[in-house]
Amino acid sequence: MSSAPVAANIEDRPRPVGDAGRAGQFVFVAAIILLCAWILVPLYLLFVNTLSSPAEVTGFPKSGLPSFSMGSVQFFLSFSGVGQALWNSLLVAVLTMVFSILLGAPAGYALSRFEFPGKEIFRLLVVMTRAFPLPLLALPLAVMFIRTGLDDTALGLALVHTVLALPFAVLITFSLFAGIPVELEEAAWTLGCNRLQAFIKVILPLVLPGIVASAVFAFTISWNEVFAASVLTIENRTLTAFLVQNLNVSPLHLKFAGGTALVLPALIFIFAVRKYLFAMWGIANR
Amino acid sequence: MAEIVIKNVAKSFGAFQALHALDMAIADQEFMVLLGASGCGKTTLLRIIAGLETPTQGEVWIGGRRVDHLPPRQRGISMVFQNYAVFPHLTVFENIAFGLRMQKMGQPEVERRVRRTAELMHIEQLLERYSGQLSGGQRQRVAVARALAMEPDVILMDEPLSNLDALLRLEMRAELKGVLAESKTTTIYVTHDQVEAMSLADRISVMNGGKIVQNDSPVEIYRNPAARFVGSFIGNPPMNFIPAKRTDNGRWAVAGLELDGPRTERELIEFAIRPEDVFPGEEGFVADVRVVEPLGAHTLVTCDVAGKPFRAVLESDRRVSPGETLKLMPAASRIRWFDLDTQTAIPA
Amino acid sequence: MTNKALPYLLLTPAILFLLVFFLYPFVQIAVLAFAGPEGFTLSHFQRMTSHWKFGTALANTLILTAIIVPVQLALALSMASIVTRLKTGRSTILYIFAIPLGLSDLAAGIIWLAIFEQSGFLNSLLVGLGLVERPVLFLGYQNIGWIFAAVIIAEIWRATAIMMVILVSGMGIIPKEYYEAAEVFGASRWQRFRKVTLPMLRPSLQTALILRTIAAFEVFAVVVALGGTTLPVLMGETYQWQFSLRDRSVAASYALVILAISIAATLVFLRLLRVPKEAKI
Repeated sequence: MSSAPVAANIEDRPRPVGDAGRAGQFVFVAAIILLCAWILVPLYLLFVNTLSSPAEVTGFPKSGLPSFSMGSVQFFLSFSGVGQALWNSLLVAVLTMVFSILLGAPAGYALSRFEFPGKEIFRLLVVMTRAFPLPLLALPLAVMFIRTGLDDTALGLALVHTVLALPFAVLITFSLFAGIPVELEEAAWTLGCNRLQAFIKVILPLVLPGIVASAVFAFTISWNEVFAASVLTIENRTLTAFLVQNLNVSPLHLKFAGGTALVLPALIFIFAVRKYLFAMWGIANR
Repeated sequence: MAEIVIKNVAKSFGAFQALHALDMAIADQEFMVLLGASGCGKTTLLRIIAGLETPTQGEVWIGGRRVDHLPPRQRGISMVFQNYAVFPHLTVFENIAFGLRMQKMGQPEVERRVRRTAELMHIEQLLERYSGQLSGGQRQRVAVARALAMEPDVILMDEPLSNLDALLRLEMRAELKGVLAESKTTTIYVTHDQVEAMSLADRISVMNGGKIVQNDSPVEIYRNPAARFVGSFIGNPPMNFIPAKRTDNGRWAVAGLELDGPRTERELIEFAIRPEDVFPGEEGFVADVRVVEPLGAHTLVTCDVAGKPFRAVLESDRRVSPGETLKLMPAASRIRWFDLDTQTAIPA
Repeated sequence: MTNKALPYLLLTPAILFLLVFFLYPFVQIAVLAFAGPEGFTLSHFQRMTSHWKFGTALANTLILTAIIVPVQLALALSMASIVTRLKTGRSTILYIFAIPLGLSDLAAGIIWLAIFEQSGFLNSLLVGLGLVERPVLFLGYQNIGWIFAAVIIAEIWRATAIMMVILVSGMGIIPKEYYEAAEVFGASRWQRFRKVTLPMLRPSLQTALILRTIAAFEVFAVVVALGGTTLPVLMGETYQWQFSLRDRSVAASYALVILAISIAATLVFLRLLRVPKEAKI
């Protein structure tokens, strides 16, 4: 038992890098550390600012260590409109998530299970959306929404965000369904299921985690979107639109606390779906 | 009682004609094997019977009921898939119980049936496991148990043993035969493995190019191939073929020998003999030995006869070496003749 | 069992949705941009191009893209190669590398604002090290070059992750045997990367480049957060015309310009990194 950890250690050591051996390995490890620092240090500094008092945030020079003062956070949370903006962001993101899965998953299933005339045209339509600067949709839709009473509503913005998230939802669910052998479904049919029962009893339990992951992905797309949100909301600002609108006038500590409010859910979500990120993209490529 | 009748069934995928207007009848409790190389249409036919594929034309009858318009669940069949299709999110128990639960069967009866089929397939100790924790052979057993638990009239099997390693396949083959014979179901079994087909089948349908080439008992198929294709496909190694030229009415010149053969007007036909039906002696085909492969019980010798490869299976105590010249005499009762145009057998 | 209508039934909601909220609005943009009181007109375009900021905004956007995308490609390829080679801690490193994937460009702008602003961390460091006397005003309007640099750094920091993720999954599906074969035939690590990885990775490279280039043309919030309106870019001008100048037709014209360069870039990458059907894995 006592020798096991040692053996495991040897096994786990990164392989020497080609012919370069030790020096190469050193460079390799240094590169990893450097890259991690490149990603993590700016985030850390944002959190430092957020966890400092407003005076410290505008003060100079900075120590780079947080004082764990809740001053900035309190100021941010009590700032007029912030609570509403957070709520709006959440509402729009949840709606986007629901819409993109409800619309995207059936399409993904159809693409994965059927050969039918027009399939390629649909795929093209979906891929084409990626070649378009989608946030610009907000411009004409603003007019359409005013006519239909959807202007400045969470629902209206969620519809636009769904255009952004739908192609991903279709491609991701397509890859999820394609990863489930057709035979499982066929076996269920021969065992007494109709199509719907087979889907519910066999396919759904198997793809559910992946569906959740792609829903989370849709959530972050909406949560992070700035342009359309700024164009389409006036009174009911989302957090991003709120921050953009107030960038010029708001004090630094408000910006940083707002930045953290934007970052935190995204961090958690990426962590939650990390297992699926690569599987999703791998096939969404094709 | 579930005899199966296939009437005039054809299937095309776009321009590709997978099945050409087939007719077939399978008796109640018969074990029918569909045998052929990949792409011959055997799996398509099985899937049409299962209801997983819609025929372009024709009728499928099971137990006196026309079923080709019915979904799989209403056909009284169950199926074993090549990759087993054991549901990964359910335990072995729930996999076997799946179909029974769909029939809204009571829990005690489900328990009873699952236990019984599990015992039959020797997997009663695996009932709480998930498919990820099973070996290929065990999954195979679960798949068969799941099909048997339904007590179906018809069991359809699509290359069920092809993903197993050789030893396991041998073991499962024997077991399947026993279990299925006992269950009194009608079985249709698709395979490309002729040994599997011979050992399991009551009857074999050899398929090629979307057609049934011969439909007969295993021995008949082996001894009296109805078409050149069957002779060249069945048997390991397959039949030897040599062109035969007519010399006289019913006399044929075959690679330097003159043999009795069919009385036909044709000038040129084909002589065929199985490798184990030639015997070395003083007279026969002049055969230059090229390759010698000792197989234990027999020795497989590949020679040149009249400039073409010719295989013979010899007793292993007979020593042969490459470069040697043998005289190989065909056993007269085992000689078969084929028409070069129609590729079918000519009765002698 | 194959119900011919079923696939169409399943696709209908998505198709209808895309027709109403994707195709129709783009037709609307074109109408807005080209329609005047007397029908077809180019006056909105003339108004757009004659404004002094148009040339700068277009140039800035193109230059930003031309710098950001190649750097990101190199960085993403390195990150992806590192991750693919890792044995221990692979998932942790991957998660760290992928973090910016979940961040909005606005958040990224704010994060780098914390570093580049006058009382920010960069100045704290520089003064602390004695490299400068007084804090430098990096993001002032006199310092366009620094704003440019800050935007580039923030964009590279934020948006390399998406490329990396695409490339990592692309590398994941290249069969190991090709590398082993190349190694057996004497290819060095660098040669294997050049001769096996890169060609095999073309579909993923294509996706990554298209996605990123189009997104780079849409750069907006990072610029706003770091430079306000000091550094005009196309997307920012679109926003300005829509709101401050209240001319939706010119805003639509801008949108068409962004659309045009996006499509052009897509076509270029599709052509450049074309993979013949027969050469797919």
